[in-house]
Amino acid sequence: MKPWPSSAARQSLISCPSCELLSKVPANLDDRVRMRCPRCGATLHARKPNSLARTWALVIAAFIFYIPANVLPIMTVTSLGKTQSDTIMSGVAYLLLHGMWPLALLIFFASVVVPLLKLVILVYLLISVQLRSRWRPRDRTRLYRITEAVGRWSMVDIYVVTILVALVHLGNLATIRAEAGAVFFGAVVVITIFAALTFDPRLIWDRLEQSHE
Amino acid sequence: MTEPTFIACHECDLLQHLKSPPPGGSARCPRCGAVLHRSKRDSLNRTLALSLAGLTLFAVANAFPFLAFEMQGQVTQTRLFTGVRDLYDQGMWGLAALVLLTTIIVPAVQLTLMLYILVPLKVGRAPQHLAGVLRLLQNLTPWGMMEVFMLGILVSVVKLAGMATIVPGLALWAFGLLIFVLAAAAASLDPHLIWEKVRYAP
Ligand SMILES: [Zn+2]
Ligand SMILES: [Zn+2]
Repeated sequence: MKPWPSSAARQSLISCPSCELLSKVPANLDDRVRMRCPRCGATLHARKPNSLARTWALVIAAFIFYIPANVLPIMTVTSLGKTQSDTIMSGVAYLLLHGMWPLALLIFFASVVVPLLKLVILVYLLISVQLRSRWRPRDRTRLYRITEAVGRWSMVDIYVVTILVALVHLGNLATIRAEAGAVFFGAVVVITIFAALTFDPRLIWDRLEQSHE
Repeated sequence: MTEPTFIACHECDLLQHLKSPPPGGSARCPRCGAVLHRSKRDSLNRTLALSLAGLTLFAVANAFPFLAFEMQGQVTQTRLFTGVRDLYDQGMWGLAALVLLTTIIVPAVQLTLMLYILVPLKVGRAPQHLAGVLRLLQNLTPWGMMEVFMLGILVSVVKLAGMATIVPGLALWAFGLLIFVLAAAAASLDPHLIWEKVRYAP
């Protein structure tokens, strides 16, 4: 395989994260001075700062929140004096019992599989970068793109709770309350979106270039 | 400009010439496959028209009844904002803020910022703080989740179908259309074209 031409970093160039203008890094750059893009004023970093440490911290926080998000109820239905609390999984089970299996599958996938898959992929990417893996960088970049794209769909259960709370407002007949599980679940979605934003996929390729030298 | 423009891929940092994409297609990074540039025809006019349409739809989606819930003769009318208000009333201010942000504030700010950029450009002037505004617009992208909210509506309607009648309101149709209009506006906006208009200034 022919070695790849060159990364911008190896030519002492930094690409602006906003406008993509390339800037030359001065040879005697003081660490404490922040470089700014001459065109748009964005702060320039060769790589996202502390990408690995920050992504690890966010991924671990999301894993921790993922537990109460699934164990605690996300909503309580009060109907004619009876109250019933639902977790994400009991909501899925309810849909299955009532023959709504396409919906059950959708909620299970969006609320349980997607957040977990996203976290597992990020952990894998973090470890592969730290172990200086050279394995399939193109596919690993593709995995990163998937984590960026699918995370938002986990919000669907939060929205379902919001809509049910707004619609089912019938005094003694039926009311629905959002519960703590939904808060933790929302936190997981937000934290994993930040985790995907702080991970720098260019690190996957940096390891490849370093091993050519 | 006849001089070739060099860029670095935002996903793998490969240094390369910025090639203009084929009509209707996109230019990809040869190393990692990231999309670097999409072809946009008549970007300025199209994005401007779509943003104006979007702002109108946004107003309709917020001002008119969204969904009505009918059970045993009792009717509950809701607006887009109702869920946010009810969550807040239940003490769930964090959730209320998250839903408000992702379904109402972000789309509104995106539309406003696009118009703020495009209207002056259309009459041949560069708006103030163009760089900062465009950067804010880019950073907002992951936080607008109207299409996910729409899926949430479908799920809720199916869930409640057995016990009540759900009547869609005018705002729901406007909201559904707004998803497509906003996506089309974001897709037709050409940041490369706009960055070229940013003056090099200290
Ligand atoms: Zn810049
Ligand atoms: Zn690339």
